[in-house]
Amino acid sequence: MASLSINGKTLEVNADANTPLLWVIRDSLGMTGTKFGCGAALCGACTVHLDGKPIRSCSTPLSAAAGKKITTIEGVGSSDVGKRVQAAWASVDVPQCGYCQSGQIMAATALLTEKPKPTDADIDAAMAGNICRCGTYPRIRAAIHKAAKGA
Amino acid sequence: MSTLKNPTRRTFLKSSAAVGGSLVIGISLPGGLRDAFAATDSKMNAWIRIGSDNSITILCARSEMGQGVVMALPTLVAEELEVDLKKVKVDFAPPGEDYINAMLGGQITGGSTSVRDGWDKLREAGAKARVMLTEAAAQKWGVSAADCKAQNGVVTYKDKKASYGSLAEAASKLTPPKEVKLKDPSKWRYVGKPLKRMDTAGKINGTAEFGIDVKLPGMLYASLAQCPVIGGKATAVDDAKAKGMPGVKHVVRITDGVAVVADSWWQAKQARDALNITWDEGPGKLLSTEGVFKGLADAMSKPAASIKQQGNVAEAMKTAAKKVEATYEMPFLSHSPLEPMNFTADVRKDSALLIGSIQFQQLAMGMASAITGLKPEQITIKTTYLGGGFGRRIDCDYFAQAVEISKMIGKPVKLVWTREDDMTHDFYRPASLTRMAAGLDASGKPVALDFKMSSPSVTARLFPPLVKDGVDPLMTEAILVPYDIPNQSVGTVIHDTGLRVGYLRSVSHALNVFANESFIDEMSAAAGKDPYEYRLSLLQKQPRFANVLKLAAQKAGWGKPLPKGRARGIAVMEGYETYMAQVVEASVVNGQIKVHRVVVATDLGRMVNPNIVEQQIESNIIFGLQVALYGNITLKDGRVQQTNFHQYQLPRMPETPKIEMIIVKSTEKPGGIGEPGMALFSPALANALFALTGKRQRKMPFTLA
Repeated sequence: MASLSINGKTLEVNADANTPLLWVIRDSLGMTGTKFGCGAALCGACTVHLDGKPIRSCSTPLSAAAGKKITTIEGVGSSDVGKRVQAAWASVDVPQCGYCQSGQIMAATALLTEKPKPTDADIDAAMAGNICRCGTYPRIRAAIHKAAKGA
Repeated sequence: MSTLKNPTRRTFLKSSAAVGGSLVIGISLPGGLRDAFAATDSKMNAWIRIGSDNSITILCARSEMGQGVVMALPTLVAEELEVDLKKVKVDFAPPGEDYINAMLGGQITGGSTSVRDGWDKLREAGAKARVMLTEAAAQKWGVSAADCKAQNGVVTYKDKKASYGSLAEAASKLTPPKEVKLKDPSKWRYVGKPLKRMDTAGKINGTAEFGIDVKLPGMLYASLAQCPVIGGKATAVDDAKAKGMPGVKHVVRITDGVAVVADSWWQAKQARDALNITWDEGPGKLLSTEGVFKGLADAMSKPAASIKQQGNVAEAMKTAAKKVEATYEMPFLSHSPLEPMNFTADVRKDSALLIGSIQFQQLAMGMASAITGLKPEQITIKTTYLGGGFGRRIDCDYFAQAVEISKMIGKPVKLVWTREDDMTHDFYRPASLTRMAAGLDASGKPVALDFKMSSPSVTARLFPPLVKDGVDPLMTEAILVPYDIPNQSVGTVIHDTGLRVGYLRSVSHALNVFANESFIDEMSAAAGKDPYEYRLSLLQKQPRFANVLKLAAQKAGWGKPLPKGRARGIAVMEGYETYMAQVVEASVVNGQIKVHRVVVATDLGRMVNPNIVEQQIESNIIFGLQVALYGNITLKDGRVQQTNFHQYQLPRMPETPKIEMIIVKSTEKPGGIGEPGMALFSPALANALFALTGKRQRKMPFTLA
């Protein structure tokens, strides 16, 4: 048994310590907003925050998350920045298939928390790890700028 | 280019329905709907349910994979039904006769057909329901329906008012009118307006349900080991270690491999990796990329099935002042939707519940019935959101696997592939070779064009009766140039390379538009003409082509100076009844190809939702960028060598160019927009790179070496 702090709640999970955090979140806890894309930290679909930093949960073992604060897409809207990012995403109508968008929003929220007024180069650097197969990048960029302005 | 002159996916799959394609034979579909609506809802027709609480539910019979059908199709219904679109609830339709795509002959999402197929049908469904609701109100009040008005979900007559919910039960018992008058476009509230998508909210808070998110009570998880060589079979399985691992409940052999079923997916995956399987790799183990292209090259010497013979190419070539020749080579591609293949099945003795991401509900029903022995009436298939499709989920291999596993273990199970499974067990976009030759007269004007391609046929696998006289209509899309060239010979050779192939976004448009639009550029260079002016001079009889070409060139500033080290390329096409031109601006930065700006002019006739149209145009450019710069599935010893995104790269934020669009205001009937732009990007970029470097890019993906 391990104890996890997710979205402000403490939850007990019964999983091997080597299990990737992604599968603990999705299968053990039933929170399916965080997505499986590649299993190798190559696409960013599984991005969550660990103590506010974006990490790839598919390649982070459960043991590395214990005792830290985990935020997922289900909880990101409880911060001001997360709320602004989601509002900007809606306003720009970013998603197409939508599968990568949880990860995109987590990455963008982490960026804006660290750099409230990111440049295009900041956005390139912070978002390069998140693949969108539908190619919503122009709208993601627009939404990040919009969120930075207060959406 | 007239799609009537050219065999298209439409005519061809339509004939498939008539003759029964190999996979669709004998499937009868259940007529009734299950579970999609509350039992108390009144069914107005196949598309509309109205609750006594005034809830309006509209069914979407196409799979939502990003292209926006879940918004666009209900918009068409709601426009004529006269309801507040914001209050409408949308559900995905089950398999059913009513939901067959008339352009494709099956309940399939593909071919950029959803709006074109639904344009009249869905508006009529809305209008007929509105007429019935109005009639019910008129009967209730003893007045003429002609004096009543239906608006915003309410029927009114003078000071009388009745909500749709209060009228629905009575209205649903009336006979639907045979014909209805549709609204004049000037009265449209929703159609043609850039409305925000209704599926956005769930996709930004994690609640939208994709196939991989499905949960059933008591559900187990499966991971499937398939032969590393596609088509190979397990001959012996040592599962002793796997069976002893934590959480493992079952190890079962199915048609496509060996599945481990466990309490969690991670446990199933770990135990699957501990299986020791002996494979008979089959003939596929001999496949190599070199062998594939040698086979395609050899096929070029075989006689071609004729697509077009006009004039006398051989004679015209003899008198030509100049000759141009080029061969274009395109590799296999993977679909790589971001949601890996997965499906959830609960097969019982007398029923089955099957839920997930699929593009071809009718095929799924046929396969499920064949595997389980259940009648279609006993099988419920629900479609979730698709985490991308791009044609991959037309094939139902993963669906069949989940059904087989659940049937064998007698429990609900979710099968999830790894990314490696997905990339190495795709149905790949066909590789191809296209050899082109042209003769120009002394003024540079083309007098003859010879086009010959060799490529495997997807249709020969999926719908064999539709390949007639050696022609696969889905290998020949946009194969005829729109240009005025008096002598033309166009032919194709189907060559099975041994690797299984599937339809991928834009299908053969991507192969043929790349060859044709690269070659016309080569012809213009040989003629010493500007590539834009040269095209335009040959499009005098093609006003819609010429118009988009001019619009894109003007907006891009064609002919105006660019910063040093940058160049433009141009290309034009028709696909899915949509006309498009692109101008790409590119440079070379640190030895890498960099695309700065893409200007797109599109004439797709009427639009349901310009916002979604713009999304799709953007999407196609990025998809095209992947094809032009990265996409390359290669084979060694029968194994696909790319396993994950480090080897099969997809474009990322920093590579995204600036995209500028012009959309022609038009009252022509709607064209498709989910696919055409992807095919056009590659030649436009190739032509820009030629202008920049003087080297032609005849092989994808492009390289500067």
